[in-house]
Amino acid sequence: MTEDHHVILRVVAKLLIPLITLYAFYVHFHGEYSPGGGFQAGVIFAVAIILYSLIFGVPAALRAVPPVFARCLAAFGVLLYAGVGVAALLGGGNYLDYDALANDGPGEHVGQHLGIILIELGVLFGVAGSMLAIFYAFAGRVAEIRDEDW
Amino acid sequence: MNEAEVASIGLALINIFLLGILFVVGVAIARLRSLFAIVMLSGVYSLVSATWFVALDAVDVAFTEAAVGAGISTALMLGAMLLTARTAKATPKGSTLAPFVVVIATGIMLIYATFDLPALGDPNAPANAYVGAEYIERTYADTGLPNIVTAVLASYRGFDTLGEVVVVFAAGLGVALLLGFGERSLAVSLNKRDDQ
Repeated sequence: MTEDHHVILRVVAKLLIPLITLYAFYVHFHGEYSPGGGFQAGVIFAVAIILYSLIFGVPAALRAVPPVFARCLAAFGVLLYAGVGVAALLGGGNYLDYDALANDGPGEHVGQHLGIILIELGVLFGVAGSMLAIFYAFAGRVAEIRDEDW
Repeated sequence: MNEAEVASIGLALINIFLLGILFVVGVAIARLRSLFAIVMLSGVYSLVSATWFVALDAVDVAFTEAAVGAGISTALMLGAMLLTARTAKATPKGSTLAPFVVVIATGIMLIYATFDLPALGDPNAPANAYVGAEYIERTYADTGLPNIVTAVLASYRGFDTLGEVVVVFAAGLGVALLLGFGERSLAVSLNKRDDQ
């Protein structure tokens, strides 16, 4: 881009993108008490990167978050979730029975908390990675959004 | 009029107002031809329906609708729009009559079906009475989580949620297999731009 007449857009986005990312993590880690959780957080996180690539161009976004990272993140998320189930199996419980993850006394819920935190992380990684992979598959075909496209 | 009546009239007015906006946006989407405007208006539609879900006390649904419907869907539709034309083809006159009749008939049937639904927030409604009440009583003792929605999604229905994550992953995989991962096609389009 030779002349930069999107300067307001860029300045505002530079301010907003870190906040959106932070908000995604807030939504994730506060999901125990408030609406939201891994799914919403993953989507919001992906939106932050998509906003970056819409405003600063797809090549810049590809350098910041490579597609191979998005793919691995998605696969790792699904494996983490499924792995928690296997861990519960090894702990002597049913598949995804979080009580088997820790030796809880009566009234304690360490296993439940651990299991839910881990599977929510799996959801976050899986959703964020998949959404980014989908966006890159679309956006990779258009190098730059020309002004007349809007 | 006592306080409860005023509150319920206020809620009804908010509902009518939000549904009215949804109706107007829906008609505008159906009538517009510019795809960019349609994508943006569907984002607006999602955001307004998220507001309406908040008015119905379904905050989790509202949050998901705002994040997924207004956020990522709009961004993905914009990305998809860049690959295709900017305006939709005009539909020939007369071909809209049959869809219109179908829509009106379905609408009448749906409105007729609402007469059998329990009132909003009815404590004796099946959704609130049996399993719902059971979850409210047992969740904290079972899992120690204050948010019942999270407990149901992550713990009681952990298997379903695993399925959902796999579905999202499969969607990403499917798009990647059909369209490619992005790097190679981007390199091609960058080269094309440099050649021009």
